[in-house]
Amino acid sequence: MEGSSAEAALSVSANSIRITDVTQDGDVLTFAIASQKLNSSAGVCVFRMYEDFDWLQQSLFSEENLPGLQGIIFPPLPSKALPSQSNTQTKALKQLGFLALGQDWQSYCKALEFYLQQVAAHPTLCKCKALDSFLINSESPGKQRGRKGIFNRLSQAVEEMRKESHKDVDNFFQNERNKNTNLAASSKVATEKLLDVVMTEQKLAVACGHFATSLHLCVNQDDAAAVAFSKVCLKLSDVIEAVKRNYEKVASNNLSTLGLGLDLESRYQESEKEMLFRRTCKLIELETVRKGTEKAKANKREVMEAFQKAVEKEFNLISSVAKQEIERFHSSRVKVLKTFLIGWCELQLNTAKEFAELYSQHLEACRNMYSE
Amino acid sequence: MSEDREAPALLGAAHTDPPEPQDAEDLFVSVASVTECPEAARLSAEDLSPGSDGHKDPDDPDDPDDLFAEATEEVSLDSPERQPILSDGPSPAITPVTPVTISPRLDVFDRSLDQDEEEEENRDTLDIQISVSDPEKVGDGMNAFMVYKVTTKTSLSIFSRDEVCVKRRFSDFLGLHSKLASKYMHMGFIVPPAPEKSIVGMTKVKVGKEDLSSVEFVEKRRSALERYLLRTVKHPALLKDPDVLQFLESSELPRAVSTQALSGAGILRMVNKAADAVNKMTIKMNESDAWFEEKQQQFENLDVQLRKLHASVESLVCHRKELSVNTAAFAKSAAMLGNSEDHTALSRALSQLAEVEEKIDQLHQEQANADFYLISELLGDYVRLITAVRGVFDQRMKTWGKWQDAQLMLQRKREAEAKLQYASKPEKLQQARDEIREWEGKVQQGERDFEQISRNIRREVGQFEKERVKDFRVVIMKYLESLVHSQQQLIKYWEAFLPEAKAIA
Repeated sequence: MEGSSAEAALSVSANSIRITDVTQDGDVLTFAIASQKLNSSAGVCVFRMYEDFDWLQQSLFSEENLPGLQGIIFPPLPSKALPSQSNTQTKALKQLGFLALGQDWQSYCKALEFYLQQVAAHPTLCKCKALDSFLINSESPGKQRGRKGIFNRLSQAVEEMRKESHKDVDNFFQNERNKNTNLAASSKVATEKLLDVVMTEQKLAVACGHFATSLHLCVNQDDAAAVAFSKVCLKLSDVIEAVKRNYEKVASNNLSTLGLGLDLESRYQESEKEMLFRRTCKLIELETVRKGTEKAKANKREVMEAFQKAVEKEFNLISSVAKQEIERFHSSRVKVLKTFLIGWCELQLNTAKEFAELYSQHLEACRNMYSE
Repeated sequence: MSEDREAPALLGAAHTDPPEPQDAEDLFVSVASVTECPEAARLSAEDLSPGSDGHKDPDDPDDPDDLFAEATEEVSLDSPERQPILSDGPSPAITPVTPVTISPRLDVFDRSLDQDEEEEENRDTLDIQISVSDPEKVGDGMNAFMVYKVTTKTSLSIFSRDEVCVKRRFSDFLGLHSKLASKYMHMGFIVPPAPEKSIVGMTKVKVGKEDLSSVEFVEKRRSALERYLLRTVKHPALLKDPDVLQFLESSELPRAVSTQALSGAGILRMVNKAADAVNKMTIKMNESDAWFEEKQQQFENLDVQLRKLHASVESLVCHRKELSVNTAAFAKSAAMLGNSEDHTALSRALSQLAEVEEKIDQLHQEQANADFYLISELLGDYVRLITAVRGVFDQRMKTWGKWQDAQLMLQRKREAEAKLQYASKPEKLQQARDEIREWEGKVQQGERDFEQISRNIRREVGQFEKERVKDFRVVIMKYLESLVHSQQQLIKYWEAFLPEAKAIA
């Protein structure tokens, strides 16, 4: 970007960024994004589609004149949602995990919201013009097809496995890579297992609903005995309805707090993994160049050495940016997880209290009714 | 005489040890005196016509002896539909093995209104507790079987002790039910059905698999046996039945043979066979009493509804168990996450999370048990009970059929006699007249039996419907209690976790 860093600061407050609405038109989702201007009380609202988010991410990846860009842990962008009818829930779940659940794309919007907030809160990335224009311009930036980012998703599996396990020269980074490997795997598994739990909770709620409805069908007013029995069936039906609502609440609590939190953590670990991999690749490049320089014949040596110096400089820059990023990442993820865990616990605690009260009331009512 | 019929069970081939003299607690004070029983026992040997025996109870509108006469008649009619009640195989469930069978209390078949009301109170405050416990495997391989301890605690005087413990195996329970059904079902009594047999479940246990499913199977059976006995003794007639008393008290019980008889499937077979027999009758029963038709329809509807409910609950139990499995898996994954975590406080919080989830898993399992044992088994029991109720309605139809048959026969005899009037065969004429008298008696008996069973069924159904409401109410309360308990536990767990989460720095 041209100009000094002071000029390019974000003009809205990072904390105020919200996705306030989402509309679906066939296959396409449109998001309403609102934010608060920094120096005034004015708010801004823009409409964006997934392509615009993608454009933003690619712009960040291909930001020029950002030294050590490759050392940045980029906030992870959720995958594109494909809301078409032909997409069954299983496909959606596979693709998006937790973000596919919830009413009206709420979880998905939340995740996109986090993404924007994190980009805006990043000390370096917040200065990117692309972000500002994304949040402010009424015209959708996606119309401008930017350069494709230089970072592709890790795809060549075998090649990567070899590179990924390349021994590091720096203990700090070797440790970090090991930890990251463990955490990325564990958090992915935990997210999947929690997803299973939530799906089963929802299934249980549906089964309760069926049972409650069937009980209603047992109502019969033919004679006194039938009436008495019908009352009992209706009571049980009410109780089972309550159990159904209980499970719906519990599932939704899991989803909106811990589920989102684990999903975010899991994707962020992947993002860190990608950063570390980029650095490792750079390291391999450096080592290859060094070897080449050593073997080089005298006439080529100077050129090679100059090249080697450049690569070294790049590598050191990446490493120093990476170190900062890692430290920042560690402290922020703990804060984020803490917030999610507290939120989760409080929601579940409230739900438990609410339903303990409800069930007690039912029990009391039964005791009174039946002791007559 | 004491051949392969249920008659011997009723009449106890010459063994006439009558029940103990009653004290004030027992409301069914023998209207017929103790000496009537030996008389009754001997009735089987003779072809009785009603009123031939002088022991008539002045209060009792129906001659109790006639019931035995009815039984004798049954024997001679040789109705094939009776077979299913006894056994599917050639040897009946009853005869060779119970020499000590005592005739049932005659008066219980027909009670006055006062007795009914007192009996209802009695049912509510029934002072008897039965528990089935301590399943033990006896033997090895395919000959192995489970033995259950049956403990009866009571202050009722018909029992010889306050507390009795006996050991019984599953076939003993089936044998008991088989006896009770043959004694009482044709009277219109609703005899609670015994638990279902299960070849698959039992084979696993026999083969010695100590896995969770065998343990669950044994527990499910134990609970079903306990409920079966409790339902049986709630019925005042059954409570005093000598076979029941013997079952609960004797240390040794003769082995019941051929117990395919009256499992739930067995009753269904019997009901279907009876229904077929009724359909074969050329005359459709013209129901003079709309109550029976309505009730029958109600029970048919209820049968369908209960089966649907049962299926719904089974689905619920299934999902609950799945939830438990998934919660446990999540707990493990959370523990692993905690282990991978560097940050101390976060790591501890994650480990705590894993523990909370494990505890929640426990709650899910307990709740699944509540779902199952409270609601699912209740519905299953009632599906089987409704089958028994419908069986009793079919018995009434058969009784009506017999009455109609007797009327038909009487008609024929009269026609035959009329013809003989014009032939000069005085001995034949006399025989014809004798036969007419005989069949007149049978017609009267048939009508009485029909009215008897109709009365009994009305009473039984009334009682059944009351019990049903009570049973369901009890279950709802227990279920709610379990729900309240779970939630309170959850509150504790979350309250304990919250400071851990907040402590993350």
